[in-house]
Amino acid sequence: MSLILNSKKNTLIIRVRGDFDLVSVHEFREKIDQSLEETMSQNLLLDLSEITFIDSSGIGVILGRYRKVKANHGQMVICGTQPAIEKIFKVSGIISLMPICSTEKEAWKLLEQNTFKGA
Amino acid sequence: MGKIVNNKIKLEFLSKGENVALARITIAAFVSQLEITLSDLEEIKVAVSEAVSNAIIHGYQNKPEEIVTMTGILKGNTLILEIVDQGIGIPDIQKAMEPAYSTDPERTGLGFVFMQSFMNEVKVESQVNCGTKVILTKQINPDLKNMAVS
Ligand SMILES: Nc1ncnc2c1ncn2[C@@H]1O[C@H](COP(=O)(O)OP(=O)(O)OP(=O)(O)O)[C@@H](O)[C@H]1O
Ligand SMILES: [Mg+2]
Repeated sequence: MSLILNSKKNTLIIRVRGDFDLVSVHEFREKIDQSLEETMSQNLLLDLSEITFIDSSGIGVILGRYRKVKANHGQMVICGTQPAIEKIFKVSGIISLMPICSTEKEAWKLLEQNTFKGA
Repeated sequence: MGKIVNNKIKLEFLSKGENVALARITIAAFVSQLEITLSDLEEIKVAVSEAVSNAIIHGYQNKPEEIVTMTGILKGNTLILEIVDQGIGIPDIQKAMEPAYSTDPERTGLGFVFMQSFMNEVKVESQVNCGTKVILTKQINPDLKNMAVS
């Protein structure tokens, strides 16, 4: 797995590439928690369009970041899901917790809408 | 008609995280002898990943020098997978298989949920301090679209 991190508009953007399993969990958790602090971002946008695999280890660490963002009154949006991982999202219940959309553009729209609502 | 496949493989590997990917790729290649849908293939990979990850993380408590054994059997359209560790074992199997149950506060208890949703049958045999065997069975639906072409 490799991670690309960026931040803008109070949002940390993470692009994940490759297999998202037990091997990647540690790096994911450390890098994101550190970057959330450094950039002081409240929101998290997770782009999964280039992952090749995900299982419960990946889902667990995503849920952990979700709880963290929520505790800090931020929002989390996932984009770039593929048919292969949609079933995992359904079975895990993640889809009832946070918005999941196909493109990053849609994700930004959601983040901005909700920010205005909250303001 | 799809071809009839009867086959068996056995893989032994060290309990290292990197070997989880190896296990799922091996099984994916093994079942690809059947004309299998992409969706079935993905589901099998997740189930393998869950069982092997559990053997390493829970069974062997992340000790990397232990042995995990995985057997794959194809009997016609049925895939039978056995994932075995000689680790700490499970004191209460029924409890362990409950959704959202985990003995690790950092985990979510989704492994058995995925195995049960993606395979037709999940059987667990375990003895404390002896180890655990997970038997996963799946009926592979023939890939009708591909069969028409080939
Ligand atoms: N091979 C094993 N050896 C010992 N204990 C196991 C084994 N497999 C599962 N368990 C026990 O069963 C529990 C539930 O397993 P399950 O895979 O459903 O969840 P998890 O591994 O805790 O979390 P997740 O899979 O979501 O990361 C584990 O927390 C562990 O206590
Ligand atoms: Mg598990």
